[in-house]
Amino acid sequence: MAVLALDNVVGGYGDTQILHGVSLHVERGEIVVIIGPNGAGKTTAMKAVFGLLKLTGGSVTLDGQVITNTPPQQVVRRGVCYVPQTSNVFPSLTVEENLEMGAYVREDDFRPRIDEIYEIFPPLFAKRRQPAGALSGGQRQMVAMGKAMMLEPKILLLDEPTAGLSPKFRGEIFSIIGAVNDAGTPVLMVEQNARQALGVADRGYVLVDGKNKFEGAGRELLNDREVAEMFLGGGS
Amino acid sequence: MMEFVNFHLVPGVVLGCIYALGAIGITLTFGILRFANFSHGEIMTLGVYFAWTMVHLSGLHPLLVAPLAMALTALVALGVDRAFYKPLRAAPTIMVVIASFGVMLMVRSAIQFSWGVQLKGMVQGIQRPLIWFDALRVSPKHLVIVAAAVVLVIVVHYLLSRTRTGKAMRAMSDSPELARLTGIDTEKVVRTTWIVGAGLAAAAGILLAYDTHVETTMGFKLLLPMFAAAILGGLGKPYGAILGGLVIGVAEEVSSYPWIGDAPLLNPGYKAGVAFAIMVGMLLWRPSGLFRGRVF
Repeated sequence: MAVLALDNVVGGYGDTQILHGVSLHVERGEIVVIIGPNGAGKTTAMKAVFGLLKLTGGSVTLDGQVITNTPPQQVVRRGVCYVPQTSNVFPSLTVEENLEMGAYVREDDFRPRIDEIYEIFPPLFAKRRQPAGALSGGQRQMVAMGKAMMLEPKILLLDEPTAGLSPKFRGEIFSIIGAVNDAGTPVLMVEQNARQALGVADRGYVLVDGKNKFEGAGRELLNDREVAEMFLGGGS
Repeated sequence: MMEFVNFHLVPGVVLGCIYALGAIGITLTFGILRFANFSHGEIMTLGVYFAWTMVHLSGLHPLLVAPLAMALTALVALGVDRAFYKPLRAAPTIMVVIASFGVMLMVRSAIQFSWGVQLKGMVQGIQRPLIWFDALRVSPKHLVIVAAAVVLVIVVHYLLSRTRTGKAMRAMSDSPELARLTGIDTEKVVRTTWIVGAGLAAAAGILLAYDTHVETTMGFKLLLPMFAAAILGGLGKPYGAILGGLVIGVAEEVSSYPWIGDAPLLNPGYKAGVAFAIMVGMLLWRPSGLFRGRVF
């Protein structure tokens, strides 16, 4: 059974319909990436999972349970964590306070989890008492992911985790995503840096105009001539 | 020199402490609920009248009844939020600001209707100042006010930096959207904000009434310097509001010292203008305030 599945999802903001029938699923242990041109509804598809827009058709299921149009606070409690593309940390809170806020819905002792997060992201330990807003882009991204992982989520949703980062940091972030996934968390992410993202992903979806256009294994999409021409900058 | 300290600097610090307590509520409301709360001054006045009534009935010292008066005021603030602000949570800011204006008029009228408009005294009699080193004259009242303000600021600091709800308040002040996505109970944060803001406003009002007297417009008169303090410190930044309050309080009192010649530099009647000038200057020079807060 899929951890997360979107079935023919239709919806948008107000009267503007953006998703015209998107279907995708993430299996246990997978990294799945959504790519596509600007305005294709990639981020919107992700927000649909998180109850951030009104769905007028289709369904979202988590572990077989329907969560269509569930408000964000409850989606978090059900074990879905979402890292937005921008403003994904609390800048005036310290790194450690950010992690604590990530565990806000946890009632048990989450101290051991904080130590685990520092093991996954070693640079954060030295900066734990500094405000997150003072960190570099890459480290801030680590805080954002670490904060989301505090809940030991069933699935992690990442919206363009490498946007605005230098190529060096991009590689670093992708290897971290790989590590997070190896530790057992399925990942669904939206990416602009399609080539690198497909390299680490198990499977990928190409969205165009709010609909599924292509789907397949990461390698397969990388080698697909049509996909390459459209999104990977030339048919190499 | 001693005249400067005794009649300008010390009263300035005392006034600054009162402004600081009031400004914390303004800045928290702005940061977390995203609106300029015009009814903050009247909530303060209400707290003063609660305390005055208790002092009047029990004969106890105002500071002894203050915690109960603060609690009652916080309860009223929660009720006001429930009735007037909660239905407007998703509404444009300007609607909430106007609603707070309406609440201001209602609360003030209710106070005037219930307690009358004449001046009242919180404490009877005149205290002799303490004299230190033959020159430093400090009123015992002023010492009490500063001490009470310091204790309250320490409590607020503990709340904001050590407790889960306090950290969530700062988080929500940083980004309400991310707070929601993180699963933070935003309504609980909002309730705590009202309790803290209204409680501190009542405390500030009671301290001011303890130093001066009780009247129905006292909170409203403090609204401008409190906003000036919040803007000076950076909107949404509680520590900025404390610093801003102290700066405004001292600046107001020091402005009437005869810096040049024998006459006061600024007629004491224009004290309120000092806060206004600082606020306008700050908005022109650095609208995010000293602590880099939010901009309108």
